[in-house]
Amino acid sequence: MQNVAIADQPDHLHDPQTFVTKYIYSQDHKVIAIQYGLTAVFVGLVALVLSGLMRLQLGFPDTFDFIDPGAYLQFVTMHGMIMVIYLLTALLLGGFGNYMIPLMIGARDMVFPFMNMLSFWAYLLSVIVLLASFFVPGGPTGAGWTLYPPQAILDGTPGYDWGIILMLASLAIFIIAFTMGGLNYVTTVLQARTHGMTLMRMPLTIWGIFTATVLGLLAFPALLVSAIMMMLDKTLGTSFFMPALVSLGENLDYSGGSPVLFQHLFWFFGHPEVYIVALPAFGMVSDVLATHARKNIFGYRMMVWAIVGIGGLSFFVWAHHMYVSGMDPAFGFFFATTTLIIAVPTAIKVYNWILTLYRGNIHLTVPMLFAIGFIFTFTHGGLTGLFLGNVTIDLPLSDTYFVVAHFHMVMGVSPIMVLFAAIYHWYPLITGRMFNERLGKLHFWFTFLGTYAIYLPMHYIGFLGVPRRYFAMGSTDFIPESAQSLNASITVSALIVGLSQLIFLYNVFWSMRHGKPAGHNPWGATTLEWQTPDVPPRHGNWGPELPQVYRWAYDYSVPGAEQDFIPQNHPVSASEQTSGEHEERNS
Amino acid sequence: MNILRALRDKPWLHPSAAATAAQYPGPDTTAAMRILLRFILAIVGVLFFLFIITFLARSQYPDFEALAGQPWQPFTDPSRLWFNTALLACASLAIQWGLGGTRAGRLNVTVAGISAAVFFTVLFLVAQFDLWLRLQSMGFYMASNPANSYFYLLTAVHGLHLIGGLVVLSNVVFRVWYDNSPESLSAPLQLCTTYWHFLLGIWLVLFALLTSRPETINALAAMCGF
Repeated sequence: MQNVAIADQPDHLHDPQTFVTKYIYSQDHKVIAIQYGLTAVFVGLVALVLSGLMRLQLGFPDTFDFIDPGAYLQFVTMHGMIMVIYLLTALLLGGFGNYMIPLMIGARDMVFPFMNMLSFWAYLLSVIVLLASFFVPGGPTGAGWTLYPPQAILDGTPGYDWGIILMLASLAIFIIAFTMGGLNYVTTVLQARTHGMTLMRMPLTIWGIFTATVLGLLAFPALLVSAIMMMLDKTLGTSFFMPALVSLGENLDYSGGSPVLFQHLFWFFGHPEVYIVALPAFGMVSDVLATHARKNIFGYRMMVWAIVGIGGLSFFVWAHHMYVSGMDPAFGFFFATTTLIIAVPTAIKVYNWILTLYRGNIHLTVPMLFAIGFIFTFTHGGLTGLFLGNVTIDLPLSDTYFVVAHFHMVMGVSPIMVLFAAIYHWYPLITGRMFNERLGKLHFWFTFLGTYAIYLPMHYIGFLGVPRRYFAMGSTDFIPESAQSLNASITVSALIVGLSQLIFLYNVFWSMRHGKPAGHNPWGATTLEWQTPDVPPRHGNWGPELPQVYRWAYDYSVPGAEQDFIPQNHPVSASEQTSGEHEERNS
Repeated sequence: MNILRALRDKPWLHPSAAATAAQYPGPDTTAAMRILLRFILAIVGVLFFLFIITFLARSQYPDFEALAGQPWQPFTDPSRLWFNTALLACASLAIQWGLGGTRAGRLNVTVAGISAAVFFTVLFLVAQFDLWLRLQSMGFYMASNPANSYFYLLTAVHGLHLIGGLVVLSNVVFRVWYDNSPESLSAPLQLCTTYWHFLLGIWLVLFALLTSRPETINALAAMCGF
């Protein structure tokens, strides 16, 4: 059963021998993770360039001849879709999920390595199909990342012909890829944890990735269903979503379909997608904060329950994206209420992160800076989410830049801050070398301050009523001239932040060769991935013996301990045993 | 509930946590495959659930003409669909029979059961395809009415899942054949059997839905709030 190899099979069963089996046709979770990561970063850079082009048009209208209204909408669409699906979902779950799950739970690999490999190749295919749409007649779709019908497939929308078909095909392939990977992640977490690694001893990173994967497995079918049905509307002339229409003076063959039905399906996927991205980020930032504050995570159980609770609730809030679709007010009330309820476990997490920092031995390393930056950006994005969750406030702000600023803060910048924190935190493990600290800090300050330079004014111009998705404002009476100055300033900030990412890329590639050797466990972390016999971990991760876990993942600064951390695979001492019994009696 | 008990665990208390460590005996291929199947069934279930919800929502628009109810509608007399259903039920029974043979160590029963299951499944797919052709010849094209569109769409998605099942089943059988270890067939065949029963169940739901009269569909849609 080589293609369903279980995690503790002897190493030689799928030990790679050649370049092709080691780096191309690889079934090693770490190589697959890096393949996922590099592909996601590449496609993310494409999306970053697209956002730069959008900002050039918005900041300096009538300046760039090559950006026409159609191209602008195509940039908007591809930027959004790539960032949400092909970068964030793929990098957080395909990248970090793949790398961290087996290492953090003490397994040798994913439970189904062959399927894991297929997952990456299907993901790569989906990216190729997506990028191919730049080169087909009409270019990529410009329907907006939500792909709302009827306009997505009608003449007049850029890429209505080939672009939308390639987009839908690419999404379907991506969902197949995600499902293959996701099945692996959940099965591995449930079945391949090493001896002593109980569910409640798992680091929060794994809890976040696990819960997000379950969400993804149950939410992506909604996107698949809507993609299939829209594809049939486009190619075979069915009318699932397409109402009776007159287009350019001609009666179309469609009749009776419901565009709002698509919106429900899309957002039934779309809102859990926010948490598919956020939950792994919540988990990873918890581990980074605890490690670099040398303190156990505050309220571990509550953190786990909050992750699970947020995951469950995320399936009951989708229609808050649709308040302006003409829904029954009772529906609006229901979804506003569930939206406000989901803020409770989310707020618990934020308080717990802050309480973890309180009186901690905070080391302001680069990962820690990004983690603290995340607390700021996420709190700001979360608070504006409370505004938009209320129907009466959402209605006037809908489709303005306030919404754009909100979701960029909460699910754009915040997970990216965590991704940077995570990359800097685990870089020594992945490459065996330290990155350049000074360049890392420079990268942080450009990114963090730049984020505020971009998105604070964007909230304001949203309040002024500047609508999103517009190619140019034209002569709009209710928008003051000064809004355009703000737009220009946002563009300059965005370009600086975009360019500052080159510092990060340079640091990553330069340090891979020239960085100081990281040695074993440079941050003094307790979790299992830092306890491997080799750094970076070799194929099979653990040498001949799987590790035995004796404790939870957050034994930092334990009174009486020799060091300020005790790894999870460190046996329990007699004195700890006694004090543990004492604590249990008192709990 | 084990999961609820696990979530109440206080991992920072070493002695109690150490005692629970024995509950996790380590990786087990069969258990992993079982978990995998459960998730696959959940995903397939959600997929069809969502299709059905959209069917009910779409059925409330005036252009929707159910495929049963009036004499000229093709499934007012669903005998042809009953025949197809019987084929899939035979496939389900056959694979169950084959599984029984595996457990009893009777290789000939196993081979006969799996062969019959594959035969009836392929026959079901051919019969479904033939039904498509008949509907086309009667003028019930895919795009001419949303009810037709749903019929073609749902049967196609269901058929694709069966084809996927056939691929996995053939993979299991050939691997066992290649390894010459029929005793190792029991666990994977159990999973295939569960999958076949599940797809039969899905088909029965689709059958009931697609042959429902407009009043029934309207009542179901009303129950869902459409």
